[in-house]
Amino acid sequence: MAGSDPEYSKVDKIIESYSFEKSALIAILQEIENLYNYLPDWALKYVSEKLNVPMTRVYGVASFYDAFHLTPRGKHLIRVCLGTACYLRGSARVLEAVERELGINDGETTPDLQFSIQSVRCLGACALAPVMIVGERYFDKMTPTKVRRVLKRVQGRNEKN
Amino acid sequence: MKKIRTPEELEALRNSLLQQRDPNKPCVRVCLGTGCRARGSVDVIGAFKDEIKRQGLAIKVDSKQTGCHGFCERGPVVVIGPKEIFYQRVKPRDVPEIVSKTLLNGKVVDRLLYVDPATGKKTLYEYEVPFYKKQRRQILANNGRIDPTNILDYIAVGGYQALAKAITTMSCEEIIDTVEKSGLRGLGGGGFPTGRKWRLCRKAAGDTKFVIGNGDEGDPGAFSDRSLMEANPHSILEGMIIGAYAVGANQGYLYVRAEYPLALKHLQIAIDQAREYGFLGNNIFSSGFDFGIKINRGGGAFVCGESSALVASIEGKMGEPRAKYIHTVERGLWNKPTNLNNVKTWASVPLIINNGADWYAKIGTEKSKGTAIFSLVGKVNNTGLVEVQMGTPLKEIIYDIGGGILGGKKFKAVQTGGPSGGCIPEELLDLPVDFERLTEAGSMMGSGGMIVMDEDTCMVDVARYFLDFLQYESCGKCVPCREGIKRMLEIVTDTTAGRGKEEDLELLQELAETVKDFSLCGLGKTAPNTVLSTLRYFREEYESHVRDKKCPAGICKDLIEYFILEDKCTGCGACLKLCPQQAIQGEPKKLHIINPAKCIRCGICRDACPYEAIITR
Amino acid sequence: MVTLTINGAKVQAEEGSTILEVARFYGFDIPTICYHDELTPYGACRLCMVEVDDGKRTRLVASCLYPVREGIKVRTHTERVIKGRKLILELLLARCPNSKTLQDLASKMGLEKVRFKMENEDCILCGLCVRMCAEQMGSGAIGFVGRGQKREVVTPFRTASEICRNCGACMFICPVVELQCRGVKSPGELCNSCLVFTPQCLEKYGQVMCTLDSCGACVEKEEK
Repeated sequence: MAGSDPEYSKVDKIIESYSFEKSALIAILQEIENLYNYLPDWALKYVSEKLNVPMTRVYGVASFYDAFHLTPRGKHLIRVCLGTACYLRGSARVLEAVERELGINDGETTPDLQFSIQSVRCLGACALAPVMIVGERYFDKMTPTKVRRVLKRVQGRNEKN
Repeated sequence: MKKIRTPEELEALRNSLLQQRDPNKPCVRVCLGTGCRARGSVDVIGAFKDEIKRQGLAIKVDSKQTGCHGFCERGPVVVIGPKEIFYQRVKPRDVPEIVSKTLLNGKVVDRLLYVDPATGKKTLYEYEVPFYKKQRRQILANNGRIDPTNILDYIAVGGYQALAKAITTMSCEEIIDTVEKSGLRGLGGGGFPTGRKWRLCRKAAGDTKFVIGNGDEGDPGAFSDRSLMEANPHSILEGMIIGAYAVGANQGYLYVRAEYPLALKHLQIAIDQAREYGFLGNNIFSSGFDFGIKINRGGGAFVCGESSALVASIEGKMGEPRAKYIHTVERGLWNKPTNLNNVKTWASVPLIINNGADWYAKIGTEKSKGTAIFSLVGKVNNTGLVEVQMGTPLKEIIYDIGGGILGGKKFKAVQTGGPSGGCIPEELLDLPVDFERLTEAGSMMGSGGMIVMDEDTCMVDVARYFLDFLQYESCGKCVPCREGIKRMLEIVTDTTAGRGKEEDLELLQELAETVKDFSLCGLGKTAPNTVLSTLRYFREEYESHVRDKKCPAGICKDLIEYFILEDKCTGCGACLKLCPQQAIQGEPKKLHIINPAKCIRCGICRDACPYEAIITR
Repeated sequence: MVTLTINGAKVQAEEGSTILEVARFYGFDIPTICYHDELTPYGACRLCMVEVDDGKRTRLVASCLYPVREGIKVRTHTERVIKGRKLILELLLARCPNSKTLQDLASKMGLEKVRFKMENEDCILCGLCVRMCAEQMGSGAIGFVGRGQKREVVTPFRTASEICRNCGACMFICPVVELQCRGVKSPGELCNSCLVFTPQCLEKYGQVMCTLDSCGACVEKEEK
C-alpha cells in the first residue's frame, strides 16, 4: 500500500487527534479497531512508524487487550455474558448452543465473516441474566432453546438488508 | 457561560435554580441506566416525551432521564415526583395511562406498583419499597434523582459546594486531616485508609503529581462503579478535584472499562460541563489551583484494575503489574507520585467535606466507617445495587433487602469480593459487612460484588469458574500465577469431571498457599481465595466428587445424567424435536427415553418440557 | 551505607542496591532464573523470594527487586521459602522438563517428582532474551506477546525480523533452550551436544529465523 492511500490518511488523522502522544497507543488502536473491525498488519506497522514506538511494543499491546483482534471479525458480533450472575443462571449452556448453531468456537468467526462469538465477563446488566448481545441489541433471560430463534431473527433482518 | 469563580457565585446559581424549579411540579424520572436501558427504558422516556408534547403538557409536567436507581430486577423503573410514586416494569404502552392518571390527576396505576412477594402488599412510594427501606443511600443518594448529563441538576442538589468549601476555606493539610479522621477506606476492595494514602502522596518528593480514578470494575457480577459513573459522574469529579488540590496534583485520569460506553459518555459530558463552569481548568474558585481530567478507556483486561497494571496501561503499555516495593504514591504514573482511588471512594469525599469527618465516622463499625455498596445478584429475588452501613449483617442484605432466595430455594453460600474473594456459608450469615470480618472469614470486601448461591450451585464448579476466569485474565508474567492457577484449574476441572484423586486435595491446598505467597500482584495473590474458602467450608462436596464421583448439586455435566420421569412424561415429543444430538427416542404419546451415550447434557430438553418430566441425577 | 541482617549476619550495603545483589556479594546463595546482573531485574520467576522483617511486619519479597533498607532482617532459607521455591520449580519442570538448568536447580533442592501433567515447551517466559536483545544488543527484535496462557516470546507478526542482527545473544542467555544430553553414543565417544551449536533453521526454513517461536529447529526433540 502506498503512503498516499486514503486508508493511511485515515490512520494519520487518528494519530494526529492524539497529538502523536506515545501513551495514547491504546486509544489510537481502539479507533483503528472501530474503523476496520480488527487491526490490520499494515496499520500496526504504520502506527509504530508514525508514533516512533517499537514494533514489539505495538504488537505486544495489540495482543494483550481483549478489545483488539488481529484477524477480521464477523459482521454480527454475538457476545454471551459469562459473568458470575449469568453463569449461575446457565449462560455457559447458552454459549454452547450458539457455538453449536454457528459451528464455530468462542473467539472465532464464521468463514463467511457474518458472525463472531465472543464470551464476555460482566456487562453490568445482571438482573437480565443470562444476557446475550448481538451487535448492540440486548437479549435477556436467554436459554439454549431461544438461541436458534434469536439467530434466525438476526439473519432474517440481515437478509432483508 | 460565565465561569463560577467564588462560593457566593455558586450559591447564587444554586438559589436561582431552586427558584426556577417548582418542587411541586409533577416530574417523571425514567431510569436510563444500562440495566433498564436493556429492557427498553429509552422507548419509555421517548413515549413520555411524545405523550407530554401531544397533550400540550410541557409547562405543567417535567420529564427527566436519570441514571441507575439500583432496583434493576424491576426495570424499567419510573418514579413520579414530587410524591415519589414508584412504578416498575413500565412499558411504552403504559405511558399514556400514567400521564393522564398519575401526572394529571394524582391517581395511581395499580398494576405498575411494586408488590412485596412476602406480604402481598403494594407499596406506593419509592422509600417504602423494602428494597430501599433498609438501605442507607448516601453515595448513591442522587442516583435516580438527577439527570447525569446536566450539571445544573447536580448543582441544584448542592453539587460543588464541597469543592468551594475545601478550596476556599481549608488548607491542604486540613482537608487530608478531615479525610483521615473520617475513617474513609478504599472502596475498590483493598480498604487502605484513604487519608493516609493522600498524606503519603502529598509528602512524596516531586512537583508533578497525578490523581487517578479507577473505574475499571472488572469483577464479574459487580456493577456499582458502572452505576455511579453513569448516574452521578460529577460526584466523582468533585472528589477528584478536592483530592488533587490536597495532594498537589494538577492532572487527573479517569480509567474506565471500554465495556461501559454509557459511563464513558456521561463522564466526558460531565468533564466538559465542569470545565465550562470553571470547576476544572485554571484558577479554580480563584485559588490559583489548576487541574484537568482526562478519560482513559480500558483496553479490556481485568488485571488493569490492579493499580500498577492500570498505570502501565495509561502509559500505553501492556497491563503488566510491577512489584510495589516502592509505592505508587511515591513513584507511579511516569514515575511520579500518583494517588489512585476507586471512583466510589472519590465520590465519598464531597460528602465528608460537606458533613464533616465526625458525621462519617459515626456510621459503620469501629474499623470500617461509612457505607459499602454491593451489587446484589445471583439467586436472589431483588437483584440490584445496594448501599448499606458498614456492619450490616449479610442476612439482612440478602433477605430483607434482597427479598430472599429466588424460587423459594435454600440458601447455600454468598460470594463477595469477586474472583479475589471467597464463599461464605449459611452458618456465617450473621457476619457483619466489614473489611476485617470478611477477610477473617476467608473472603474480602472487594469491589462490591455479592453473589447469592442456592442449593443448585456446585461449589466445586464455582471454584472452577473463578479459576478459569483468573487464568484467562492473568497477565502471565510471573510463574506462580500463570502456572499455579493453571494447575489448580486442572485439578478442580478433573474433580468436576470425576477424575479427581484423593491426593489432589492436598496438592490443591499446597498450590493455593504458594500462589498466594509468591505471586507478583494482587490478582495472583488472591486467586486461591475461592479454592481455599470452598475447601474450608464445603470440603464434603469436594470429597463427594473425588470419592463417590457424584455432584450433590447436580451441576457437573460428567457426573450427572438427564433422565425422563415415566410418571410425568406425556410423549408430547417437545424434547425429541429440539435435541441437538437426536439423543431422545420415543413414539408419540409414549414414554420418551434419553440415550446417555449421545446426550451432551445441554439442558435444552429440560427447558422445553412443559410437564417438568426431565430431571438430572 | 545501610546496615541490615541477612540470615542473622549483620552486613553493610550501598543504598539503592537490592537484597539479591547484597546477598550474593556476601556469598549467600539465592537461586534465580530470570535474573542476570547485566540486565534490569524482572521479578517474574519468583525463585529469589526471601522473607523480610522491616520492623512492622514480615513478608515475602522478590530479592532481585527489593531495595535494601536500614535495619531490615532478611531470611533467605526459611521453611516457607524453601517449600515455595520447590513448588515453583516443580511447576516450571512440568512445563519444560528437558531443561538442564531447571533439572540442576531441582537436584540442588531435592526435588525428585513432578506431580503435574507434563508438557514439553521450550520457553519458560523468563524474558531474559527479550531484555538481552533490547538492553545489551540494542535491537529489541523480540518481545512478549499475548496474555496469560497465550503469552509467548516472538517477533512482531511472527515473521523474520528486519532488525534482528543474528547475533545469537538470545540463544546464549536462554536458560532453557539447550541441546539435550543424548548420552554416550558408543564407548569413548562424547555427545558434545552442549558445546556444538549450529543453527538448523536454515535447513528447515530456508533462512536464518532467530525467533524463539518454538520452531525447535535448534533443539532436536526425540519423537515419542
